[in-house]
Amino acid sequence: MSAGAKPIANTRSGTGIPTARLITWWVIASEIVIFGGLLASYVMHRIGHPEWAESASHTNTWAGAFNTFVLLTSSLCAVLAHKAADAHDGPRAARLLRLTALGGLIFLTVKGFEWAADFREGFVLSSGGFWSFYYTLAGLHGLHVLAGMIIMLIIASEAAKNQEMQRVECIGLYWHFVDIVWIFLFPLLYIAR
Amino acid sequence: MSTEVQHAEPGIFQKYFLSTDHKMIAMQYLFTGMAMALIGGFFAYVFRMQLGFPNQHVPGYGLVTPGKYNALVTMHGSIMIFWVAMPVLIAAFGNFLIPLMVGCDDMAFPRINRLSYQIFLLSALVLLASFLVKGGPFGGAWTGYPPLSAVGAYNLTPIGATLWLLAVALEFIAFLLGGINFTVTTMNSRAPGMKMYDIPLVVWMIVLASVIFMCSVGPLIAGAVMLLFDQTMSTGFYDPTRGGDPLLWQHLFWFFGHPEVYVVLLPALGIVAEVVAVFARKKIFGYKTVLYTTWSVGFLSFVVWAHHQFVAGIDPRMANIFSITTLLISVPITEMVFLYIATLYGGSIHLDTPMLWGLAFIGEFMIGGVTGIFLGSSGTDIYLHDSYFVIAHFHYTFVPIAIIAVYAGLTFWYPKMFGRMLNETLGKIHFWGTVIPFNVIFIPLFITGTAGDQRRVYSYAQFAEQSRPALQHLRTTSTIALLFMLAFQFVFIFNFFWSLRRGKRADANPWRSSTLEWTVPSPPPHGNFAELPIVYRGPYEYGLPGCAEDFAPQNVPDAALAGRSRA
Amino acid sequence: MTTEAHVQHPNYVKIWAILVVLLVVSVLGSMTHIRDAVLIAAFGVAVIKAYLVAKNFMHVNVEKRWVPYLLVVCLLFIAILLAGVAPDVMKNSGENWNKNPSSQSAPSVAGAATKNE
Repeated sequence: MSAGAKPIANTRSGTGIPTARLITWWVIASEIVIFGGLLASYVMHRIGHPEWAESASHTNTWAGAFNTFVLLTSSLCAVLAHKAADAHDGPRAARLLRLTALGGLIFLTVKGFEWAADFREGFVLSSGGFWSFYYTLAGLHGLHVLAGMIIMLIIASEAAKNQEMQRVECIGLYWHFVDIVWIFLFPLLYIAR
Repeated sequence: MSTEVQHAEPGIFQKYFLSTDHKMIAMQYLFTGMAMALIGGFFAYVFRMQLGFPNQHVPGYGLVTPGKYNALVTMHGSIMIFWVAMPVLIAAFGNFLIPLMVGCDDMAFPRINRLSYQIFLLSALVLLASFLVKGGPFGGAWTGYPPLSAVGAYNLTPIGATLWLLAVALEFIAFLLGGINFTVTTMNSRAPGMKMYDIPLVVWMIVLASVIFMCSVGPLIAGAVMLLFDQTMSTGFYDPTRGGDPLLWQHLFWFFGHPEVYVVLLPALGIVAEVVAVFARKKIFGYKTVLYTTWSVGFLSFVVWAHHQFVAGIDPRMANIFSITTLLISVPITEMVFLYIATLYGGSIHLDTPMLWGLAFIGEFMIGGVTGIFLGSSGTDIYLHDSYFVIAHFHYTFVPIAIIAVYAGLTFWYPKMFGRMLNETLGKIHFWGTVIPFNVIFIPLFITGTAGDQRRVYSYAQFAEQSRPALQHLRTTSTIALLFMLAFQFVFIFNFFWSLRRGKRADANPWRSSTLEWTVPSPPPHGNFAELPIVYRGPYEYGLPGCAEDFAPQNVPDAALAGRSRA
Repeated sequence: MTTEAHVQHPNYVKIWAILVVLLVVSVLGSMTHIRDAVLIAAFGVAVIKAYLVAKNFMHVNVEKRWVPYLLVVCLLFIAILLAGVAPDVMKNSGENWNKNPSSQSAPSVAGAATKNE
């Protein structure tokens, strides 16, 4: 198979959903159980350990809230990119995807400063039950943000040439999912004390 | 509609290492799985020699110390489930069969397919690397319970423990990717005219297995990250002195672990369905019922997991609930066995080698299933937990799944995969030489287990109340039977490789089967179909009146059926 | 391959503005220190925000029906996990028992262990 040539299998649509979007939904479904398992484990431990509230009070709510705002805005850019792709405007879709990725970069940078401050105060991964979960949850989420950014930039460079435009919506769907995970992580880790 | 795939003939590296062709990727999974089976089988030989002839030098290995014994049983279990059963049943058969059976030219995402094999190969290499590190491979059992698995000072295999965990995690990612590809291909890439109920059962089963895997593995991936941090970063997720809970791992593990056994069972059931229909020349009895029972088994498999934890200290009220659900799940499985038997009834049975394996699956799996009832009831499980009764039970389910059904599939599809026929006589010798010793290995273990023999103990010589010398002849019988069974596998290995070059050449449809993979040459060319097929009927139209042949292939229009002559 | 537009695009900026307002509400609620207000504000808002993103940004409601069903089933499996595990992990005491973590760590095994060859 020469690079870039798609098999007929990729172009058929027995369900009525194009294969790219179909595989995206299945990826999201599998991620729901991954994050769900970790979140459920945290919730059970947190409820069973009321004494963790003291540790939890040290998370930086303003950093968390700002990051929530950043991710919501980046989701807006992602869905506007989808709208541009539907209008067959590849360069505009690419610009919006790159803005979305920039939002991801801001998110990770803010988190970097936030964690640096936490480390200075002595709160690290092994500092106790709450902090172990905190870093694992936010870290796993951050890895997904990073992976999403990388894939998004690749898709943006194709869309700029009006190629593979169906992928703009798909990476957007993944990004919205990552945003929704954060929508739940924010109250869990920053508000519920 | 014809497909013209234009590209230059690939070089060796491109063809064998970088191919995105689903058939080549299937072969990669198959041969990797078979190689790992040799290793897993060798480990079984070593530890059974220790159990049958305690504390003596094992030929080809040496003396089995307690630490080595633990590592041997851990690696045997992990390898057989994750690096043999899953790659062969799901990835090899799934990759080879799905595009052919649904009538398209490849998987929907061939490059993701290739990536999934590469990640799988990496996982196997990471596991094998653990054999070479200080301390040796992980010895904390394939279930990896903390604190044993979390603390190197307890398991004495700290590097091996982390490598094992990484290998398992990589394997999970490989199968997530592969499984999603299978699901999307089956949902979307079917030939025109192939509706949901025209899909062959083996394809349905592999896809449902992939979906069950996908829905159950997530929490364990989360749990594995937590265990990794406990092993390497001094966290205390599973450490009760630091606010964690070892039971959490057990729950996360078995929440996946129980659906996992159905993940491997379903493809085996699918293979047997194909074989039974073809060699009884009869439609599957109740195709839709098979499907509906499979869906209900799939769902129920998510609510039975704590039957592995009855004596672990779980809430006794949960033990009640899980007993009930566990006994409930035996109902749909039994129904499936009845449906297969009903398919056979009144059929024109041809006892070719694939059919022998298929029939053996049904009989042996039934024994595994009924013995599970004693373990699924929390009362009897209090006594039987961690005894050899458990080992005998799960080998009476796993060996039919990972060995018997695999041989059924390999002997059935070998002509399609390699363009040659396997030798029937050798096939039958291999069959009897496997199935009879298999029973002689494990029936004694039901007896020793009921008498109280505990598993995961390298030698009873140190434990006076455990030693039961009167039963040693049963343990030794089991070991000797294993030696016979392993010896007969060389008959298959010889047959497999000899027939590759010297077997009778196979035509497109030597078994006169009606599914689409038998309409293309053996082996199929790149792109599979010179002309992509259109489907007119279901996959099991055998014994139809008014046809010249006794079967109606899926891709032949009704008008053209009567004119076909017996090949 | 050109994208066949399968959705009507609503006013996305308006949705975004609602999401930001909800974020502000949840943060303000957390500052009141009334426990119930905090929890309702935080998690109630989270559920609403998630629904808005799923419906308006991901267009889940115009997808084939089985897609949202699949996603809900995955959530259901997590709920089953919670239901099965919670009695063991969440509770620290009951009738006649207490889960008291040992105050000392486990005895060292370095000396007693058999060397693992």
